[in-house]
Order: sequence, then structure tokens, then C-alpha cells
Amino acid sequence: MSTIPINTQESPPFLLDLIYRLKVKDVMTHEVITARRETPLRQIQYIMKEKGITGVPITDDEGKRLFGIVSMDDIIRALDGGYIQDPAERWMSRNLIVLEDDMPLQFAISYLDKFRYGRFPVLNKDRELVGIITSRDIIIALLVEVNKEVEKLEQRIVQPPSRPGEEARLLYHVRKYDFENAGKASAGIKKLLLERNLDPKTLRRISVAAYELEMNLVVHSEGGTLSFRMEKDRVEIEAKDRGPGIPDVEQAMEEGFSTANEWIRSLGFGAGMGLPNAKRVSDEFTIDSRVGEGTTVRAVIYLPK
Amino acid sequence: MRVRDLSEALGIELIQPEFEDTEILDGYTGDLLSDVMAHASSGSVLITIQAHKNTIAVAGLVGILAIIVANERPIPEDMVEAARKEKIAIFRSKESQFVLSGKLYAQLSSSR
Repeated sequence: MSTIPINTQESPPFLLDLIYRLKVKDVMTHEVITARRETPLRQIQYIMKEKGITGVPITDDEGKRLFGIVSMDDIIRALDGGYIQDPAERWMSRNLIVLEDDMPLQFAISYLDKFRYGRFPVLNKDRELVGIITSRDIIIALLVEVNKEVEKLEQRIVQPPSRPGEEARLLYHVRKYDFENAGKASAGIKKLLLERNLDPKTLRRISVAAYELEMNLVVHSEGGTLSFRMEKDRVEIEAKDRGPGIPDVEQAMEEGFSTANEWIRSLGFGAGMGLPNAKRVSDEFTIDSRVGEGTTVRAVIYLPK
Repeated sequence: MRVRDLSEALGIELIQPEFEDTEILDGYTGDLLSDVMAHASSGSVLITIQAHKNTIAVAGLVGILAIIVANERPIPEDMVEAARKEKIAIFRSKESQFVLSGKLYAQLSSSR
């Protein structure tokens, strides 16, 4: 088993900070499946199979006092040696390496690297069993935290430069065929406008333009950005993509013309209504497209005085 | 008629019960989301077979109160989850869009 490659001085400060900030108790599995000293190894084998786990702590009836642990290895040895019916007490590992719940996560990572165990029981300061921690728990916790951080970083990067007279701006990255997140940009724009008490009709027009341009990026482009700028008297929505470009813009503007494939149509998109819809609700509407380079669609809607 | 009355009035099953129980103003039937976007009015019930998350995104933008999934199409969990966040009700029915639209139209006309 290879070591977890973040427990060094060379790791980024964020990760080092993270593994010291998170406690073992933030990461461990709290509900521990235990067995008693007299439980036959055979039964522990069944428990492992049923629960999909590889180690079972052996405790008192309350599940608090820890006597030992039976791992998958112990079960394999028992099957090999023909003593699978024996009670756990006879063969369990007693020389236990345990973690304390208040220790930083860094301890757990270093223990996993130092000792060849797949899991460590976790005790509280009263020496009671309160959890169990595996490399899987650690990986999940780190991924969740790193994701949060990356999200923050991305949001910081995507702020477009501001212009004089600008009241609000938003910028979203939109990925090709990402139907999971499709609509998030438009929803974000609508949310911002709702806070500004815009009249429902204008709000609707802006929502339609934003959504159609966003879906065009999802359905037709290689990915790009949707940006939103609000000035005193107007909003501007711009969809800018990295390709493939529109060979015949006039044709693309015709209602009913679409290059979308079958599965996209089955989702209710690609009916050739997107661009015409967006244009209909806009006061200014321009498309600048170069095949092989990309397309920029700009929709402007005037705000009522 | 309010959103919570739909179940009984149309004989349809409520799938997503966390919604804003306001007065239903209108209805719209369609599977092309751009068409729904362009024509469905705020305060509507949408009758559709598009049982997926993107329908919720459109409904949220347009101000649709409830979605009725016709022909007993399976409704994925992420759609229900998205609707819960947006406070949009989801119902499901065995009947076709034609039949459901007729029933809803009659209900809305008589309650006016």
C-alpha cells in the first residue's frame, strides 16, 4: 500500500493547514459495528460480508471498552487454519494502535503510513470507543474540503473586470453537455435581479435570454462563459464559447433550425427555438461567430426607468 | 384552486410535497423547454413528460408552481431534490398530457 502523499513539508500550506485543523472525530465513522469476546469468528465473517467492512472491534456489551480487533486477515487465517468457529477472544489482535478523537487528522494519516493497518479504532479521553477511521474516511473528508476550496478559488477567478457605471456583474463557466448544472447561471442572474425588485416582465425577458444563451453553450458549444453586466439603464448578457463556430448565422437564427442530436432533443432541447427566443426578448442582439474559433452572442435588454 | 388542491381535483399523486401553496393562475403543456420558457406564464402548472432536473431549472426561471409528469414517467431523485430547493410541487399521473390538460383546464375555468 502506498503512502498518502500529503503528509510532508512540501504540501501546499492549505493542505497542511487542513490536516491539522480537522480532528479525527470530524472524519471518522461514528457508528462502529462491534462484536463481543465470545462471538465466533464465523459470525464476524458474516458481519463483515453483510456490512461491507474489513475490521470489527471486540468490545464489552455497551460497545465502549475495547479489547481487541478482528480484521479480514484474521478471518482468512482462521479459515486457513480451520478454527473459524473459535471465539473472537482467542485470535483477535490485542496489541492495538488507537487514535484519540481530539487528535488532528494528521496523526491518522501518519499512522496509516507508519503501520500496515487499514483502520484504527478511535477512543475518547475516557478511553471509550467512539469511532473507527479508515483511509476511505480520510480521502472523502479531504476531497470534500479541497472541493470547497477549489470552488472558492474559481469564484474568485471568474469575476470579470468592472467598467465605470456598472452596478453588478456575474460570470459563469459553462461546460459542454453539463446538463447537471445547466440553468445555474440563469438562476444566479435571476436571484440577483429579484433582490433589486425589477418588474416581472423585464425579469422574465432577462431570464429567457440568459437561459437560452446558457443552454446554447451546454448543447452546442465546446464550453465557454456566460457573463452578466448590469448598468443603470440596461443589462447585458454575453455568451462566449471556444467553438465550434456557426457556419451560417442567418440559418441558425431561423425558428426550427437545429443541429442538435437525438438524445439532446429527447431532453426537450435543440428544437431550434433558442436563438430566436433570445432575440425576441432582447432590445439589442448580436452574434459574432467564426468557424473553428468560437461564437460570441450578446443580448442587451433595456431597463424601464 | 391552490397547488395543494391539485391532487384531489385531478386524481394525481403528489411526489414532492414541499411547495409554496399559492393560487394557480394558469396552465401550460409542453415538452420543449424553450417553448415552455417562451410561453408558460408565471403562476402556472406545467404538464409535461420531461421528468428531469432541467425542467425544474426552467420552471424556477418562469415561476411555475407545480409540475405534473404525465404517462407515469419515472421521476429521478435529483429532480425531486431540485424541486424541493425551488419549492416547486411535483405530481405524477398515469394519464396522458391530453387528458390531464383537459381536466386542469376545466378546473381552472370553473374556479374563475
